Amino acid sequence: MPGTPLLEVGRLVHMTPWGFVMEVSVTVNGEVRTVDVEPRTLLAHFLRDELGLTGTNIGCDTSSCGACTVLVDGRSAKSCTMLAVQVDGADVTTIEGLAGKDGLHPMQEAFHECHALQCGYCTPGMVMAAVSLVDEYSDLDADGVREGLEGNLCRCTGYQNIVKAVLAASE
Amino acid sequence: MIPAAVGYVRADSTEEAVAALREHGDEAKLLAGGQSLIPLMRLRLARPGLLVDMGRADDLRGISVDGDTVSIGALTSHSDLEHSAELAEVCPLLAHVASQIGDPAVRHRGTLGGSLVHADPASDLPAAVLALGGTLVATGPDGSREIEVSDFFTGFLESALAADEVLIAVRIPISTGGWSYQKFNRRAQDWAIVGVAVAESGAGVSLVNMGSTPLRASAVEAAVAGGAGVSDAASVAADGTEPPSDNNADASYREHLARVLTERALVDAGA
Ligand SMILES: Cc1cc2nc3c(=O)[nH]c(=O)nc-3n(C[C@H](O)[C@H](O)[C@H](O)COP(=O)(O)OP(=O)(O)OC[C@H]3O[C@@H](n4cnc5c(N)ncnc54)[C@H](O)[C@@H]3O)c2cc1C
Ligand code: FES
Ligand code: FES
Repeated sequence: MPGTPLLEVGRLVHMTPWGFVMEVSVTVNGEVRTVDVEPRTLLAHFLRDELGLTGTNIGCDTSSCGACTVLVDGRSAKSCTMLAVQVDGADVTTIEGLAGKDGLHPMQEAFHECHALQCGYCTPGMVMAAVSLVDEYSDLDADGVREGLEGNLCRCTGYQNIVKAVLAASE
Repeated sequence: MIPAAVGYVRADSTEEAVAALREHGDEAKLLAGGQSLIPLMRLRLARPGLLVDMGRADDLRGISVDGDTVSIGALTSHSDLEHSAELAEVCPLLAHVASQIGDPAVRHRGTLGGSLVHADPASDLPAAVLALGGTLVATGPDGSREIEVSDFFTGFLESALAADEVLIAVRIPISTGGWSYQKFNRRAQDWAIVGVAVAESGAGVSLVNMGSTPLRASAVEAAVAGGAGVSDAASVAADGTEPPSDNNADASYREHLARVLTERALVDAGA
């Protein structure tokens, strides 16, 4: 367990029976949220359990499925492979924050139009990864989309329609 | 799984990171991109007492060229290496290798320094820096020192860095000669089953996942220097290696891959 000197650093706010808790202030889907968390809390658990944003799924224990993908400062990140304390001061977008006042985000629209989902478990992470991918790489072709989404596994669709949707949204 | 309980401090500069390591000693562990450390903590294979988060130490981020050397801050992400127009010009091998790591989400967070210090023989960047012949710059309580990359990897997941030292930068000689990176894997996103990096048309050759550390293929380099043809040079790629056997490949298959991939890499690099 961490020793008392930590308190001198001034960022750890108090001690609970299960250890230190610290305050994290993060903008999630445009809203500033300030919550006390244990440093070991994964961002995925923070979003789901503390903020009730259960659109972000958890599909594995090995950082390999991508179901938990969110945007951190505009770039895709696996929220199961980040700690909530690491996003203190950052800007996080989850699937719940993607649609605007005028309706679905173009990527969500394209997934809908192209029938790019079946059970939907991978979909929130897939959509967030795709939004980041299209923003990061210009001139994507089908191979580029497949490579760019290699960190997101889908057990249902066979990927064909996902690739179609991402290409449609990237136009 | 949920990591074991851990303390946390933020170090937003090299100075703060060195001070935090000195203050908290053995139980402290640096956190950079977290793309190796957090998976290990989730599996509870790593249980540090205190994380020193240097993820926002911006003085450790960036790529700069000075004369015939390119200096890269330890916290520069794989994604920054991949997209740097400057790096693509002065050291295209490194930019390309970075683009072959994991997936975009991993590349957004993972850092050059973290990859080197994690010292996984299956990782891509350590072998690339080895082929390029870089120098690592570390800072600790007693000041800074330089470590040649050929002296850096001391064992499986072990480096020459002391527990209270921070890797701050990597210096690499500008390298625009023929290069290639051949990464062989069966699943997208995975680490290499075997990989081969070639720099300067075969003057630097290194092997990924062919032993407990990334390895320099000195026999191949010597053969190329002595004027051997590509297939003769590649035929000695596995000499002196002791590759692991696992469920992806046994040792003899890895030796075969090392020879085949070395030949492809040398051809691709125009050796
Ligand atoms: C799904 C997935 C796929 C991946 N695929 C690949 C792949 O194909 N190829 C590949 O090469 N890698 C792969 N990786 C690993 C990835 O490249 C890691 O980012 C990298 O190995 C570690 O960098 P980091 O910044 O994330 O380090 P961290 O995880 O933060 O730290 C790793 C270790 O280095 C230490 N450390 C970090 N920075 C410093 C520093 N500046 N000074 C001193 N010590 C330091 C830490 O204390 C820790 O012990 C993958 C990772 C994941 C999650
Ligand atoms: S839950 Fe994050 S990658 Fe699988
Ligand atoms: S739609 Fe079922 S996992 Fe992708």
